[in-house]
Amino acid sequence: MQLQHLLGIEFLNPQQINEILDLADHYANKNRTASHNSNALAGCTQVNMFFENSTRTQASFEIAGKRLGASVMNMPMEASSIKKGETLVDTALTLNAMHPDLLVVRHPHSGAVDLLAQKVNCAVVNAGDGRHEHPTQALLDALTIRRSKGRLHRLNIAICGDIAHSRVARSNIILLGKMENRIRLIGPVTLMPSGISEFGAEVYHDMEEGLKDVDVVMMLRLQRERMDGSFIPSEREYYHRYGLDAGKLSYAKPDAIVMHPGPMNRGIEIDGDIADDLSRSVIQEQVEMGVAVRMAIMDILMRNRMQNNKAMNK
Amino acid sequence: MKAFRISNVHLIDPENQTVNIGNITVKDGLIAVDDASVPTIDGKNKYLAPGIVDVGAKVCEPGERHKESFRSAGVAAAAGGVTTLVTRPDTQPAIDSPETLEFASRRALAACIVNTYQMAALTKGRLGREMTEISFLQDAGAVAFTDCDAVVTDTKVLSRALTYASQLGALVIGHPQDPGLSKGAAATSGKFASLRAIPAVSTMAERLGIERDLAMVEMTNVKYHADQISSELSLPALAQAKQKGLDVTAGVSIHHLTLNEFDVADYRSFFKVKPPLRSEADRQAMVAALASGLIDIISSMHTPQDEESKRLPYEQAASGAVALETLLPAALRLYHAEQLSLPQLFSALSLNPAKRFGLPGGTLAEGAPADLLLFDPDVPFVLDRFKLNSKSKNTPFDGQKMQGIVLATFVAGQKVYER
Repeated sequence: MQLQHLLGIEFLNPQQINEILDLADHYANKNRTASHNSNALAGCTQVNMFFENSTRTQASFEIAGKRLGASVMNMPMEASSIKKGETLVDTALTLNAMHPDLLVVRHPHSGAVDLLAQKVNCAVVNAGDGRHEHPTQALLDALTIRRSKGRLHRLNIAICGDIAHSRVARSNIILLGKMENRIRLIGPVTLMPSGISEFGAEVYHDMEEGLKDVDVVMMLRLQRERMDGSFIPSEREYYHRYGLDAGKLSYAKPDAIVMHPGPMNRGIEIDGDIADDLSRSVIQEQVEMGVAVRMAIMDILMRNRMQNNKAMNK
Repeated sequence: MKAFRISNVHLIDPENQTVNIGNITVKDGLIAVDDASVPTIDGKNKYLAPGIVDVGAKVCEPGERHKESFRSAGVAAAAGGVTTLVTRPDTQPAIDSPETLEFASRRALAACIVNTYQMAALTKGRLGREMTEISFLQDAGAVAFTDCDAVVTDTKVLSRALTYASQLGALVIGHPQDPGLSKGAAATSGKFASLRAIPAVSTMAERLGIERDLAMVEMTNVKYHADQISSELSLPALAQAKQKGLDVTAGVSIHHLTLNEFDVADYRSFFKVKPPLRSEADRQAMVAALASGLIDIISSMHTPQDEESKRLPYEQAASGAVALETLLPAALRLYHAEQLSLPQLFSALSLNPAKRFGLPGGTLAEGAPADLLLFDPDVPFVLDRFKLNSKSKNTPFDGQKMQGIVLATFVAGQKVYER
């Protein structure tokens, strides 16, 4: 397969998704051993550009790059010329002139990473753009599901909460749909995007009804910082109707797993007891799979890049 | 006496809704009785129409002359077959006093090769708090009053401004859009906007806007023109107002007639306009409303933006598109698609705007100024944005196949453009 960038799940086909997950699975196992470092990315320069604050995702990409032997640089975007009014395209062109091999970009606006990818010669990984896509999160979620359920098709999967403002939800809906799962979206109607009925998912506004017999419960963070109006009357009313607790979870299958992309708001979208119950919650494993998936993606992109360079030099 | 004659052309007459082969004679800058004795140019069976009267174009003087000046706008207009520009007051500062209006008029007179008329703001600074000196501004030459996309939210202020304008017989231009609902929106609500995750607004915001404005018109009896109608939802209220006999007209931008939301594709910021592009059903409804006469005027809504304002993520990029030079070939798409006839098109492009704004032109009648457009509707070309005469090159039609070229443009009998 000839992936140049990872901009979104939208551009991947099921075969490519499986190939990424297979390689990630290999890295996940290897990461648990003492000899988890390799030199697959030796000589590559990876630049992390996070225009939006993130600790876990940035750390995950940094560790993934370092394990593969890349030189990793974190650009402090807060202090950069963006603050001085430079346009994103100019920043991209400036960086491009320094010949990095891989850019990992997070940006608060939908489509910003696509725009950047059009202007640079290196591989670009979307680490989250606005409310649009967060492809590595969807891939790590898929790997987590596959490892714990033994398959990634014909599962009943509920995605609960703030669907409208969530890039995690969008990428997951696309990925899980492509792999032929049944998706249920659960949340108050004010947190559903417009045109949701055309997404190929079932929409529920009642959590108990929506969770009935599902295999996987994906909770979303209630993105309070994104809301410019009042979408819900209060946190406590939200928790009462849509917070995942033992009572609501009892409607799901007895072996259903609970997922959350983090960071969690305990007592708003998820009950602390559920989040920390290791027999149900795979939240820690998600973080672990994150590093493996990012290693796989960067490995694939860099291999394709070297092949392309070779082909061009011939 | 300066005179010339163009023979053997298809004369597009929007008043009689006809296209006939004939000749046209120009004497002293006016259209005259046909006179075979004056020097004659062979029109070679091409098409001649009254020059386009474009209401709502933005020339960025004062304030942002790097985006568009009266000189560059005039050249672009002439190349696009536009013989009269009615400019918007949303400049920096806003044209809200006789002094700023006089500045703009003076600049236009000195630098612009086509006819130019100014609109002025309805409220000071377009802030929606106090009405402007409408009477003084009329004396200085303002042909209409509008706060452009800064909708007056305080209905008390609006009702007084409209009542005052009504007493003076002034034309007020509204921007039908509920500002609360449409705040921050860059796309139209629906599956496309949700998949692209762009903040979006329902077309209901436009209906709310037009219904409010029309209620205010009914209350104050003001002469009212809606700058842009773009959604099917807005049409019933408009039809009802016209039926009631209110003095109401409506416009549509060329972009909402020829493009739809899917053209935004992968976040192409040149397709970001205000209001955002709509669904294909809405676009079709606009074409039908134009054909039935419910919508009266097609405008370019020419809005120059420099590269810096557009080379940004879609959500952050500035709204607007340049359109003076693409207005005609884009409008001709509707003619080639057999949805509108040439006389229908030139009613909406030339005759209706001239009548509504009380301007000379827009007609081929004897005694009218010889503001003329000679064109070939069939010649195909691919648009290259860097060949535009506008200082800003933000056109959504870049690289697109178009059909129809301007051969010559005349303003008061003077040739201001020739291909």
